[in-house]
Amino acid sequence: MDDFLILDGISKSFGKHKVLDNISLTVKKGEIFSFLGPSGCGKTTLLRICAGFEEPDSGRVILNGVDITKLSPNKRQVNTVFQNYALFPNLSVFENIAFGLRVSGIKESQLNDEVGKFLELIQLTSHAHKKPDKLSGGQKQRVAIARALINKPNVLLLDEPLAALDLKLRQRMLVDLDNIHDEVGITFLYVTHDQSEAMSLSDNIAVINEGKVEQVGTPAQIYEAPRTSFVAAFIGDTNFFEGDVIEVDEPYSKLRVDGFTEVLAYNDKKIKKGDKVHISIRPEKFTLSIEKPDLSEKYNSIKGKVEEIIYLGYHTKYWVRVNEFLVETKRLHDRYMLDEKMITWGDEIWLSWHADYCYRLWQSLKAKLKKRRTSYK
Amino acid sequence: MKKSRFPLYITIAILVFFYLPIIIVFAQSFNASRFGGAWKGFTFDWYWKLFSDKNIWHALTNTLIIAVSSTFVSVILGTIAAFALYKYKTKLQVSHNVLIYFPLVIPDILMGISLLLFFVSLKIGLGLLTIFLAHVTFSISYVAMVVLGRFQDFDYSIMEAALDLGATWWTAVRKIMIPYLMPGIAAGGLLAFTLSLDDFVITFFVSGPDSTTLPLYIYSMMRHGSPSVINALSVLMVAFTFIVVFISKKLLEAKE
Repeated sequence: MDDFLILDGISKSFGKHKVLDNISLTVKKGEIFSFLGPSGCGKTTLLRICAGFEEPDSGRVILNGVDITKLSPNKRQVNTVFQNYALFPNLSVFENIAFGLRVSGIKESQLNDEVGKFLELIQLTSHAHKKPDKLSGGQKQRVAIARALINKPNVLLLDEPLAALDLKLRQRMLVDLDNIHDEVGITFLYVTHDQSEAMSLSDNIAVINEGKVEQVGTPAQIYEAPRTSFVAAFIGDTNFFEGDVIEVDEPYSKLRVDGFTEVLAYNDKKIKKGDKVHISIRPEKFTLSIEKPDLSEKYNSIKGKVEEIIYLGYHTKYWVRVNEFLVETKRLHDRYMLDEKMITWGDEIWLSWHADYCYRLWQSLKAKLKKRRTSYK
Repeated sequence: MKKSRFPLYITIAILVFFYLPIIIVFAQSFNASRFGGAWKGFTFDWYWKLFSDKNIWHALTNTLIIAVSSTFVSVILGTIAAFALYKYKTKLQVSHNVLIYFPLVIPDILMGISLLLFFVSLKIGLGLLTIFLAHVTFSISYVAMVVLGRFQDFDYSIMEAALDLGATWWTAVRKIMIPYLMPGIAAGGLLAFTLSLDDFVITFFVSGPDSTTLPLYIYSMMRHGSPSVINALSVLMVAFTFIVVFISKKLLEAKE
């Protein structure tokens, strides 16, 4: 079965506040699926609905073909890794991991084998008899993951599992998580507000904002082709332009952006002359050069003045004034060739970018939802 | 710089203030003089008298029955009340909180009188039962407050984790929540036990003819009997308390 976990039209309100508004998503078996959004967007509530701690006002949760919307948490084949680990403070690492098996009433010898296996998986065999408060943050997190995995759930729910860890540890745990996922092959549902976590782990991401799904797609789709201005701004940096279509020549069209210039853009969505469109261009899509570059007609080129440079080690950001716009650009090195002249403050330079790098955004949420509905059926 | 001696003097003064009365009681319990005061020689008489006095043993039995039973009941009810106060934050809980707090601040004498009027109006005969009910009434508050303190650091998501791993709610309570609360429950229970053990004012109002507790009996002995026997009794009680505290401390250290 391909669609393993289906969320169908989930809505949930707390008092007057509508936290989730008609959310429909499908998760495939074995993939890592992320809910990505700012804090308060409803992603944790959605996860809690999957776990059974909250009941939706309307909508259904279907796991492996069975409607589990009304099933209590202890009867669901899903397990959760909590944000603050939620380890049992009175039990040892071993007993924490063994909890799920003990509750299910497994034989003692079998239990020892199983727990031993998971202790090995998370490399904490030598810490088996410590209490959780003697462990470091990363170790606690690994215990929480092992504890949730030992019942062999159909879906593992992870609620911001790395939020409490520092940057270096977070990066290590990301690799660990990925390895564990490869090892056990269970479907992961991953909630995070950190775009880089979501991008590096996920097979698919649902970007959620104010209780609505803004976009679902692979990390590359979300980053390269954001559908809405929210997605474009939330995932990475971007430049927004609003323009009028003055000429359509499939698959490209010419837009006039007031206060900027005329832009040649790829028609990733249907477009007609006179439409008002919003486009996003990522900073790294611009090429910066001192001489006017000799490029094909599919490139846009315009002259601007460097107003700000920020050196960030592995890349450098340039803010370039083009007419009324301040365009954010970045490139990996402060110059491409060592014998090239370095760009400095106040330089007049050329910005070039390919028409394919302009992405049109769906401004209207209503139109977007309608589109999604038809594409699902 | 020379350290100030002042804290030392204060410490000594406080220790004297606290323990001199106990030391005097201790000494007097071996004094052959019938009413204390001047030293008339060493004797164990008062201890023999104490052990042969049936009434004292009867009063002690009453006290222990009430202390154990009221502690048991109030620990259960108080813990449940603390859980409700912790878990549910509705407007009704504000009044619940006030109700739980009330017995802590209300004067004992008021509580004694009101309970007496209550029992009389319901025509419940005064005796062990009424003392037990009265003690439960105020003990619940102490237990609830102490357990609620323990609840403040309780992360409810560990209960959710237990449910998530397949435990029923009751299993989660038994295996996760109660072990976590145990220090609070034990402390609350101990507090309730001590309060019940030496409560005088409330017990005085709600006790019946055959339900004299130890504090009531000691009071009547002060007036009609021999103060020296009370001294002996006091020494035994202090010794008992000391041993209990010592053992519980040793047990806690062993656990660490």
